[in-house]
Amino acid sequence: MDTIGTKKTFTLPRRSLLKGMAMSGAALAAPGIIGRAVAQSGDVIKLGAPFHRTGIGAAYGRWYERTALAAVKLINEQGGINGLPVELIIEDDGTDPKRGVEAVEKFSAEHKVDAIFGHLFSHVSAASAPRAGELKMPYFLCSEAHSLAAGAFNRYVFQPSISDVKSQVSSMAPWITDNLGKKVTMIYPDYAFGYDHRDNLTAAIKAQGGEIVGDIAIPPTETSYTRYLPRIPLNTEVIYHVLVGPGVLTFVKELGEHLGSQRPEIFGFIDSLEAVSFDIPQLAYLEGTHFWEAMPRYAQPNQTSFDKFYREKVGVDANGASVDDAKSVATFSHMFSVWETLFAMKKAMEMADYKGPKQKIAMLEAMESITGFEESNEFPQGRKIFNGKMHQSFAQQNISKVVDGKLKVVHTVSPEDTLYPDEADYTKMSF
Amino acid sequence: MDIVPYLLLATLEGLVQASVLMLTALGLSLVFGVMRVVNVSHGEFFMLGAVAAWVCANLIPGPPYVPFIAALLIAPVFVGALAWAADWAILKRINYNPEATIVSTIGLMYIIQQMTLITFGPDAQAVEAPFYHTVRFPWFGYSGYKFFIIAVAIVLVGGLLYLLRHSKVGLYMRATQFDKETAQNFGIPVTKVYSGVFAVGAMLAAIGGVLVVPSQQAHYLMGHDPLLLSFVVVIVGGLGSIPGTIAAAILIGMSDGLLSVFFSPTLAKIFSTLLVALVLVFRPQGLFGKAGR
Repeated sequence: MDTIGTKKTFTLPRRSLLKGMAMSGAALAAPGIIGRAVAQSGDVIKLGAPFHRTGIGAAYGRWYERTALAAVKLINEQGGINGLPVELIIEDDGTDPKRGVEAVEKFSAEHKVDAIFGHLFSHVSAASAPRAGELKMPYFLCSEAHSLAAGAFNRYVFQPSISDVKSQVSSMAPWITDNLGKKVTMIYPDYAFGYDHRDNLTAAIKAQGGEIVGDIAIPPTETSYTRYLPRIPLNTEVIYHVLVGPGVLTFVKELGEHLGSQRPEIFGFIDSLEAVSFDIPQLAYLEGTHFWEAMPRYAQPNQTSFDKFYREKVGVDANGASVDDAKSVATFSHMFSVWETLFAMKKAMEMADYKGPKQKIAMLEAMESITGFEESNEFPQGRKIFNGKMHQSFAQQNISKVVDGKLKVVHTVSPEDTLYPDEADYTKMSF
Repeated sequence: MDIVPYLLLATLEGLVQASVLMLTALGLSLVFGVMRVVNVSHGEFFMLGAVAAWVCANLIPGPPYVPFIAALLIAPVFVGALAWAADWAILKRINYNPEATIVSTIGLMYIIQQMTLITFGPDAQAVEAPFYHTVRFPWFGYSGYKFFIIAVAIVLVGGLLYLLRHSKVGLYMRATQFDKETAQNFGIPVTKVYSGVFAVGAMLAAIGGVLVVPSQQAHYLMGHDPLLLSFVVVIVGGLGSIPGTIAAAILIGMSDGLLSVFFSPTLAKIFSTLLVALVLVFRPQGLFGKAGR
C-alpha cells in the first residue's frame, strides 16, 4: 500500500485485515440475527415504536417511552392480546422526518412488526405515514396534527386517542373570545403543526367576531425569542402561544421579561410548558394566565380513579412529575395518547381475533367500526368519540388557569362540542 | 411599538449577539489565522462550554453566581485541555493538512456531539443566571444579565488583543501566522504554538457557551448555529484578521439584531449568508483581510 507523497509505507497484513473484516461483519449482522431469531410471527404480537429519543422532541420521546413500557407491562400482566404476549420494539427517530421513514421501513422489513405507533411531531409523521401506507403497515399516530382527519394520509393510519388541532382550537376559541378578549396575537411554531394552529385559530376567532392582530411564526429549532416579541401589537388583548422544541422554557421566560406587569391576557397551549417545571421566579408572571390541557397535569380535586391508576402505573405524582424525581416533569397532556392508543389497538385486535398479519385487514376494519371508548383505566383522559371514516378520535378538552403556581381546570369542553363535519372517508380507499 | 423602542430593543439584541459572536468567531479566526486549520468542530466547543456550565450548576452548591463563576473558569480549562488533546491526537498526526483537517474536525464534531448525547442526554437543560434582574424600559423589559454578557465579552476581547499585541506569546503567535518556517528558524516552538492556539480558540468558544447558557439552555445540538455564524463572520472579516473578525462580528450581530426585530430572523439569516456570497465574489480576502501572499 504505497501512497505517493508520504514518507512512511503503511502496510496492513492481509490475514489480520481479513480477520478484522470478518469480525466487524459479524458484529454488524448480529442485531439482525438476534432480531430474526426472536421474531417468529404467530407466538407474539410485535409493536414497533419509533419514539423521539433524541432531537428536538426528546422530552416527549422520553415520556412516550415510559408510558408505552408501563402500558405494555400492564397488557402482558393481563394476559396479553388474544393470549399472545406483546413485545415492544423501540427505535429512535431523532425527531427527524428522514429517520422516521427509515424507522418505519426497518420495523416493516427487519423486525416485521404487526403495527407501528407513537409518532408525535407532525413533520415526522407527515413523512412516515405515507410510507407506512405503501408498506401496508398499520400506523397509529400519537400526534395532534390535523392532516389525518383532513384526508392527507391513507387507510392504514389511525389517531384513536388524542384529538387533532382543529377540534382543539375550534372548541377553545369561543371561550377565549368570551372571557379573555377579541384581539388575538398568535405565536406558533413555523411548520405543519403550527400552521394547523394558525389556520384553525384564525378561522375560529373570526367566526366569533374576533380578530387576529398579530401573527408570529417561530422556527422550532430557535433558541432565542426576544427578537420576535416586538411584533406583538400594542392593541393585543390576548396572546395565544403554542411552542415546541428544546427552547420552550427560554421562550416563556423571555416572554415574561418582555411583557412585564402590563401584560395582556395570555392563553397558551400547554405544549409551551410540557416537561417544564414552572416554580421558578422568572415564570411567576404566568399566575392568572390560562392554558389548554388535554389531560390536567395537576391532579384535580375531582380526580377520577382512572387518572389515579394511570399516574400510579406510569410513575407520575399528583404534580405531573416523575415519582423518582420531582424536577422531571412529564409531557402529561400528550403521553396519555400512547397509553390509550395501545389499548385501542388491543381492542381492535381482540375484535378481529388478531393472531398475526393474516388478520391485518380484519383488525383495521374492526378499528374503523369502533364508535368510541368509555372513560376507564384504559382511557384515563376521558370518553372518546371515534370517527371511523376519518380515523380520528374526538375527546374532552380542558382550560386551566394558573392559580398559586399550579394549573387548575376552570372550563371543560365535552367530546361532542369538539366535532366538526367529516373531511375525509378512508373507508372508501382500498387496502 | 413606536420606532424608538423598536430601535432600542434591536440594538440591544444586536449587541448581545455581536458579543457572543465576537468570542466564538475570534476563536475560529485565531485557529485559522495561525494554523490554517478550518475547525468545523468549533461549535461543539461552544456547546461543551454551555454543558460544562450546567454541570457546574448541578455539582457546586451555593447561590447561582458561585457555580457560574466556577464555570467561567473551569469550562474553558476543560475544553481547552480537550482541544489540546485533539490537536495532539489528530491534527498533529495528519500534519495539519488542510483537506484532512476539515474532514477530521467534522469527525471530531460528531464524536463530541454524540458523546454529549450519551452522557448529558438529549434534553435541553436550563442554568440559572448568576443574578436575576430585569431592566425595565418604559416600553418593554430586558434581561439585565444580557448587559453582563456584553461587558464580559468586551473585557475578554480587549484582554486578548492586548495579549496578542504586547506579550511574548502574542509575538510568537503573530510570527507563526506571518511565516511558519522563518518563525521556526528563529527558535519559536511552532508545534507548541499550534497546540496552544487550538486550545485558546476552543476556550474562547467555551466562554461564549458559558455566557449564553443562562439566557438560553444547554442542548447537545446547540453548536450548529454559532458555528455557521462564526464562519460567516470570519469570512466577511477576512480569514485570520483579528480586527476584521471583531468588526464583522459587530456588523453581523447588529444587522442580525436589527433585521430580525424589524423584519424577521429568517431574513437576517438570508442577509448574512448573502453578505458572505458577495464578499466571496468581490473581495475574497474579506473586508479587512490582506490579499494572499
